[in-house]
Amino acid sequence: MGMTITEKIFAKASKKTRVAPGESVWLDVDVLMTHDVCGPPTIAIWKKEFGEKAKIWDKEKLVIFPDHYIFTKNTNANRNVDLLREFAREYDLPNYYDVGTERYKGVCHIALAEEGYNVPGTVLFGTDSHTCTSGAFGMFATGVGNTDAAFIMGTGKIWEKVPESIKFTFNGKMPEYITAKDLILQILGDITTDGATYRAMEFGGEAIGSMNMMERMTLTNMTIEAGGMNGIIAVDDVTRHYLNEIDVTQYEEFNSDEDAFYHSQYKYDVELMEPLVAKPHSPDNMDKVKNVEGTNLTKCYIGSCTGGKLTDFQFAAKLLLGQKVKVTTFIVPASTQIAKQLEAEAISGVSLKDIFTNAGCIIAESSCAACLGGPSDTIGRSVEGDVVISTTNRNFPGRMGSKLSQVYLASPLTVAASAISGEITDPRKFL
Amino acid sequence: MEKKIIGKAYVLGDNIDTDQIIPAEHLVYSTSDPEELKKYGHFALSSVPIEQAGLPFGGKPFIDGDNHKSKFNIIVGGSNFGCGSSREHAPLSLQVAGVKAVVAESYARIFYRNSVDGGFVIPFESSSKLNDKIKTGDDVEVDLESSKITNHSSGETYRLRPLGSVYDIVKSGGLFNYARENNMI
Repeated sequence: MGMTITEKIFAKASKKTRVAPGESVWLDVDVLMTHDVCGPPTIAIWKKEFGEKAKIWDKEKLVIFPDHYIFTKNTNANRNVDLLREFAREYDLPNYYDVGTERYKGVCHIALAEEGYNVPGTVLFGTDSHTCTSGAFGMFATGVGNTDAAFIMGTGKIWEKVPESIKFTFNGKMPEYITAKDLILQILGDITTDGATYRAMEFGGEAIGSMNMMERMTLTNMTIEAGGMNGIIAVDDVTRHYLNEIDVTQYEEFNSDEDAFYHSQYKYDVELMEPLVAKPHSPDNMDKVKNVEGTNLTKCYIGSCTGGKLTDFQFAAKLLLGQKVKVTTFIVPASTQIAKQLEAEAISGVSLKDIFTNAGCIIAESSCAACLGGPSDTIGRSVEGDVVISTTNRNFPGRMGSKLSQVYLASPLTVAASAISGEITDPRKFL
Repeated sequence: MEKKIIGKAYVLGDNIDTDQIIPAEHLVYSTSDPEELKKYGHFALSSVPIEQAGLPFGGKPFIDGDNHKSKFNIIVGGSNFGCGSSREHAPLSLQVAGVKAVVAESYARIFYRNSVDGGFVIPFESSSKLNDKIKTGDDVEVDLESSKITNHSSGETYRLRPLGSVYDIVKSGGLFNYARENNMI
């Protein structure tokens, strides 16, 4: 019996020749990532548990991105960033990206890719459920809590159960009105929010091959919404090109064997797919956009690790060029690099930034912002009575702020089309 | 490790996510300062929609008034308990509120790991759906040795799945204790 990519990486990281799903193994960790929400409690646990002996296993492998609660007057939130800064200074950490400096990056999962921490064949753990995003680079990446992270910080190791894999194959050529977000919403509708619990979700097929790294990251990003341990896409020329551009050249490529075992397999023809939404209050409450068209909106939101990448803004700008939004629309670039790209990239000679500004959108600074609600002064945060359509990842009660608001999740094309109309709108109307 | 957990049940629906358990805006309090820590208990389960709070009737907040302790110490949930974010503050806030055990049909992976590795609450999996059989406020008893939950209010007993491979970590009280007992750190 062959092995899947995920099983091969588990075998390598646990120094075994082969592993089988269900088996618990100790993995050697290549990178540990944390941020301002979970970093301080992780550090507190690490200090308490290791005591006098507390030592970071490898400073080069610890990466800290403050990104969640950055632009707020909340003193407790600011204190968390101060704690990270002090920790980085005390231990002379090389990979700390401080707020208010040139090094500030924005949302961790996107910054990991941009800064070259996503290396195929490696193992990355992070104190954030969307750490699975990095799996787009043919690596094992998953989220853990503070205790597990503290354990990794001191030892470089953690236990994990080898997951069974589910394979998702997307055939056909991507229609211009379909994005990776529609694909993952389709999967969530089909397998629900616990359909992949403790499992790896592997993506392949012609449509995946045609996607850039940012779109692939939208897919792997939301694997956690199906309960997945990780999402993974094998390395191909698109991956190699992205990595080469940022000088990542040393890595190991793994591919699933033809006779690898899969828990289940799903096949889709993207040419038959339609724009989708997840209705309140769950990411698996999937429906076709055309079935909820006309729903009145109070806010539109394009941002986060899921839907705030350059490609997401290119999709949105294509529709918003020369248009005016009818409802308050927030543009939140996931990273500071993407914020710069909004000025550099243009459609018909107009920069993306100008397209959004001219359309009447509000452009915010890079951070996680209202994707997860956050402190009361967070930009874009939902309030009682809001009906929001958003490119983010979760619409559980209260996720974006008030539990008395309603959130629809959709692609950047659908959100942009809806912003122009002031009500939920199928993007094909404007394409 | 206690052999029996006795107390009052608080019953919830399926897919109780970590934003409902502890809303993200509250993730700013210190987890080391004993006074600030109480806030996690106070806000535990505060984003559960009121009609879903304390089933079958709802309308029963988990925490009364300014308290940080709940009168309920065993949570009975449905499937996919603890889905969503990786915040360890979720099982922590249940622990601070006085919860000893959660009994649910299934769990999201990170919540389950956090509960076990951090030693916050014991996550038991029930063999069948229980959140339509046990009512909020029922007197229940979880027996760890025989893997059973008894509802003294109705007289019914139900089977729980054995803790299996995480039993040793639960018994030690968390990953660090387990690692020390096994000379791993």
